[in-house]
Amino acid sequence: MTACSQDRNVLAAYLDGELTADQERSLQEHMRGCPECAAEVAAQVRLRRSMKRAATRFTPSAALRLKVQGQIAPKRSAGFRWLWPASVALAVMLLAVIWARQSTAKNEAFREVADLHVSDMASANPFDVVSSDRHTVKPWFQGKIPFAFNLPEFAGSEFTLLGGRLVYLHQQAAAQLVVGAGKHRISVMVVQESAGFGMGMPFAGGVSVRDSFNVETWEKNGLRFYVIGDAEQGAIHRLALALQNVNG
Amino acid sequence: MDRVFFEQLSMPLFDQLYNHACWLTGDRTDAEDLVQETYAKALKGFGSFAEGTNLRAWMFRILRNAFLNSRSGLKQKTEYLEDDEAGADEAVAHEITPEALFLASESQEAIFNALERLPVPHREIILLCDVDEMSYREIAQVLDLPAGTVMSRLARARRNLRAALGAREAMR
Repeated sequence: MTACSQDRNVLAAYLDGELTADQERSLQEHMRGCPECAAEVAAQVRLRRSMKRAATRFTPSAALRLKVQGQIAPKRSAGFRWLWPASVALAVMLLAVIWARQSTAKNEAFREVADLHVSDMASANPFDVVSSDRHTVKPWFQGKIPFAFNLPEFAGSEFTLLGGRLVYLHQQAAAQLVVGAGKHRISVMVVQESAGFGMGMPFAGGVSVRDSFNVETWEKNGLRFYVIGDAEQGAIHRLALALQNVNG
Repeated sequence: MDRVFFEQLSMPLFDQLYNHACWLTGDRTDAEDLVQETYAKALKGFGSFAEGTNLRAWMFRILRNAFLNSRSGLKQKTEYLEDDEAGADEAVAHEITPEALFLASESQEAIFNALERLPVPHREIILLCDVDEMSYREIAQVLDLPAGTVMSRLARARRNLRAALGAREAMR
């Protein structure tokens, strides 16, 4: 290893692509006649190739990606963008209502959601956690429910977060959040989707009217969301959109 | 401020930043916190980020500074103080031949172990160069070093890594 005086770090810089064209040329010329340097370069190349696998050793969870994405996601302006989806939603709602009448089983699924909402509205202690700060409410659910979800920033919007509580929906632990919209209260329920009940839900998308409640539900990444309340349909839908935006 | 633009530019770096954070902290929970903090800070500072400059280097730098200020990072700070750039070639004793290095490189596990045990300044510079494939110039931006120092620190780091691999080979 002593015969060649070539600096090993120059070889490294060569592999890093950090030599000038001139330096590169003269080094290549040197290596052609120097087995020591050639062996050194071969070993360094091999080491780097093995090292490359360090790039994918740790992969982030989908949940973290969603969380970060929710953190930085653009806030939609509260203009009239909702009007178009709302009118589509209205049409879907009409269809859904007709379709839903044909199935009492589907009504059962809805009743559970509506009952939870009504009982909460009637309760003297409607919340387990009282806070308008999503950074307080969201962590409160940690360890109480077997999943995580994101809450949009309510400050500056027409909605106020009032609090949350732990409920049971479809025999599973679920998160219920109560959001104020003017004088109305809207419940947001989040539960893990499991085979069966999601298909039984009468509402394919958009806002539906059920027992004079407006309700919207959707499934995303294994979670089922319900937004229900006596607030106007537009408000229900805007809240649903805000939730969809931060939950991937 | 353009959140859409920021999202488009920054999310492709997500996997890379997370992987780097794991290597730095050695702990997935710490890494998750670190990545979230990095994105929050980058979003906040995005207004002052000059277009045309290197976003990747900028975000890695935010991540690194957040790490150094974190609990696990504070422990490492002393290592930076001891990292004397003009230090002697202390690893010469563990000189490893190209042949031995070639053999040692066969074992993924050996390399990862050696990398994990390197002091943070050496671990991070090797990761930035060999794993994230940054140029010396980018590395200088991330580590806030003069360009010339990058080369010497990288040389020391690699010597250190080779010494660790060599010691392992010798024990076999």
